[in-house]
Amino acid sequence: MKIAACVKITPATDSRISILADGTGIDASGIKWIISPYDQVAIEQAVLLAEANKGTEVVIVTVGDDNAVAQLRAGALAVGGDRAVLVQDAALANSDNLGVAKALAAVLKKEAVDLAFFGKVAVDDDASQVPGMAAELLGWPQVSSASKFELAGSGFTAVRAVGGGMEQEVRGSFPVVITADRDLAVPRYAKLPQIMKAKKKKVDTLSLSDLGLSAGDVAPKVAVSSYALPPSREKVTLLGGSAQEAAAELVRRLRDEAKVL
Amino acid sequence: MSGILVFAESEAGAFKKTTFELLGKAVELGLALDQRVYAAVLGDAPAASLGGYGASKVFQVAGSFGAYSTLAVTAGLAAAMKASGASVLLAAASYAGKDALPRLAARLDAGHAPDITDLRVEGGALVGRRPVYSGKAFVDVRISSGTAIYTVRPNSFPAIAAVGGTAEVIAVTAEAGGKDVEVLNTRAPDTEIADLTEAVRIVSGGRGVKDQASYDSLIRPLAAVLGATPGASRAAVDAGFAPHSHQVGQTGKTVNPQLYIATGISGAIQHLAGMRTSKVIVAINKDPEAPIFEYATYGIVDDLFAVVPALTEEFKKAL
Repeated sequence: MKIAACVKITPATDSRISILADGTGIDASGIKWIISPYDQVAIEQAVLLAEANKGTEVVIVTVGDDNAVAQLRAGALAVGGDRAVLVQDAALANSDNLGVAKALAAVLKKEAVDLAFFGKVAVDDDASQVPGMAAELLGWPQVSSASKFELAGSGFTAVRAVGGGMEQEVRGSFPVVITADRDLAVPRYAKLPQIMKAKKKKVDTLSLSDLGLSAGDVAPKVAVSSYALPPSREKVTLLGGSAQEAAAELVRRLRDEAKVL
Repeated sequence: MSGILVFAESEAGAFKKTTFELLGKAVELGLALDQRVYAAVLGDAPAASLGGYGASKVFQVAGSFGAYSTLAVTAGLAAAMKASGASVLLAAASYAGKDALPRLAARLDAGHAPDITDLRVEGGALVGRRPVYSGKAFVDVRISSGTAIYTVRPNSFPAIAAVGGTAEVIAVTAEAGGKDVEVLNTRAPDTEIADLTEAVRIVSGGRGVKDQASYDSLIRPLAAVLGATPGASRAAVDAGFAPHSHQVGQTGKTVNPQLYIATGISGAIQHLAGMRTSKVIVAINKDPEAPIFEYATYGIVDDLFAVVPALTEEFKKAL
C-alpha cells in the first residue's frame, strides 16, 4: 500500500502577524514556520497505518520553496514519513488553491497512491479548498473532517462531522482523499535517532513540467490583495460594582445599547 | 451567462438562517450589478416561498439529500448552475460549503473565494473580504474567471425579511456520477443546540473555570438560558472540562456570533484568532491584565464563580 500525506508549511499558530507597508502580504521576518497542525495529524495517521501494515510506504507531498525542505525533514520525515516530494515552480508561487490542487493531484496520480491524507484546513489561508479540489481532479471520493479512520476489508471506514453536531460513519474503497480533524490521531514528537535518519531520507523536487503541467494550467483565477490587520475594536467598557450589580448592568447594556438580546 | 444563484441550504425541510442572509446580500448585489437573483434547492423544501425573499426563480433538484453526500451536493449545484445560467454562486461556509464547494469549483474550473465575511461591488465587479491567519489579518479577493463561487461565513450579513409572494420553481435533475462513500449511519447531536460555527450566541469557559463540574454547573446553564452554544478554550479542552468539539480557536472552531461571552479565558492569541470577528464580546475574568479585555466590548473584572450565577439569574429575568 502507498499512502500520501499532503502538507503545507505555515506560520506557527502563536505567530504575531504583521503586514507589509504596501499591503501585498505579511511580513515574513521573524515568523517561525511549521507544518500546519492538521497536516501534522494527517502525517501521524498515515504513519500509524504504515506501522500496522508491513510494506506500506508513506510519501509526504508539498508545494513550496527551498525553505520547505527543513520543515519536511523535521516535521514529516523524522516522525515516520519515508520520503518527500516537493513541487517547486515560480508559476505556483503566484497561483491560487486550484493551481496548487492541480499540482498535488498530478503528484498523487504519478505516485499511484491508494490513499491521500490532508489536514482539514491550513492555518494560514484557512481555506479548506485544496483537498476537495484535488479529489475532484482525480475523480476520487473524499471524506472531510475525519475524526476516525480504519482499514476494513479491501477498503476503509471513517467517521466525519457533517455540521450541526451530526456525525456520519462512512465506508468506501480506494483510492480516496481523507482530511484530518484533530481527533484523528495525536502527532508524535520526533526522537533524536529518527531526526538523524531523516537527514538521509530522499526529498525529490519536481517542477510543473515534470508533472506534465504548464504555467497556464495553474494561472490564478483568484487574486488576493489589500492585506490589513483586523479593524481595531472600541475600548472595553468595564462594568463595576458587586457581581450582582455588574451582571444586571451587563444585561441592560446588551439589551439596550448593543441590542443583541 | 448572468445571474446570482444562492445555494438555499435546508435541514429537515426547513431553510437554514444562512439562506436568508445570502438572499439578502444577493438582492443588494443584484440591484448594484443589474443581475437577477436565483436560488438552488436540493431535495424537499418549500422552494416557491423563496420568492418572498428576493429569488426570481428557484431551481429545485429532485432527489434524496437527507444523508449528506459530497458528490450529490456537487452534482446538484452543478446542475442548478447550468440550468440557471448564473455566473455567480453564493453559498454558506457550512460543512457542505467547505466540503463540496471546492469540489464544484474544480468541476466548473471556477474561481472560489472561501469564508467571505463581506462582499461589495467595486468598478462593476465583486470584491470579497475575508479573514486569514485565523482572523489575525484580512484580505480582499477578486475572482477573474467567468464563473465565480463565494462561500460566506454564517452571521456575516443580516437575514432578509419576507415581503411575501412566490417564485417560479423549475425542476432540475442531476446525476451524481462517480462512486461516493456509503453512509453507514448518522448520529444526531445529544442536544438541540446550534453548531458553534453557525451559532448566534456563544458562552465559552477557559482555564479559570477550574474543572468539568464547574463547566457543567456554571457555563452550560448560562448558555442554556441564553439559547447559546457552549464553547471552550484550548486550555479548558486539554484539561478535560469540555470535548474538543467545543473548542474555539485556531485549532478548534472559528466562530462569528452576535454575542460571545468569554469566562475565565485569558485570551491567548490562538483563542482570539477563532472568535475576534464576533460582534459583541463580553469578558469575565478576575485578572484585569488578561489580554481578552483588549478585544472585549464589555468587561467585568471579578471572580467568575460570583458573576456567572448572577448573570444567569439576570438573563432569566430579562429574557
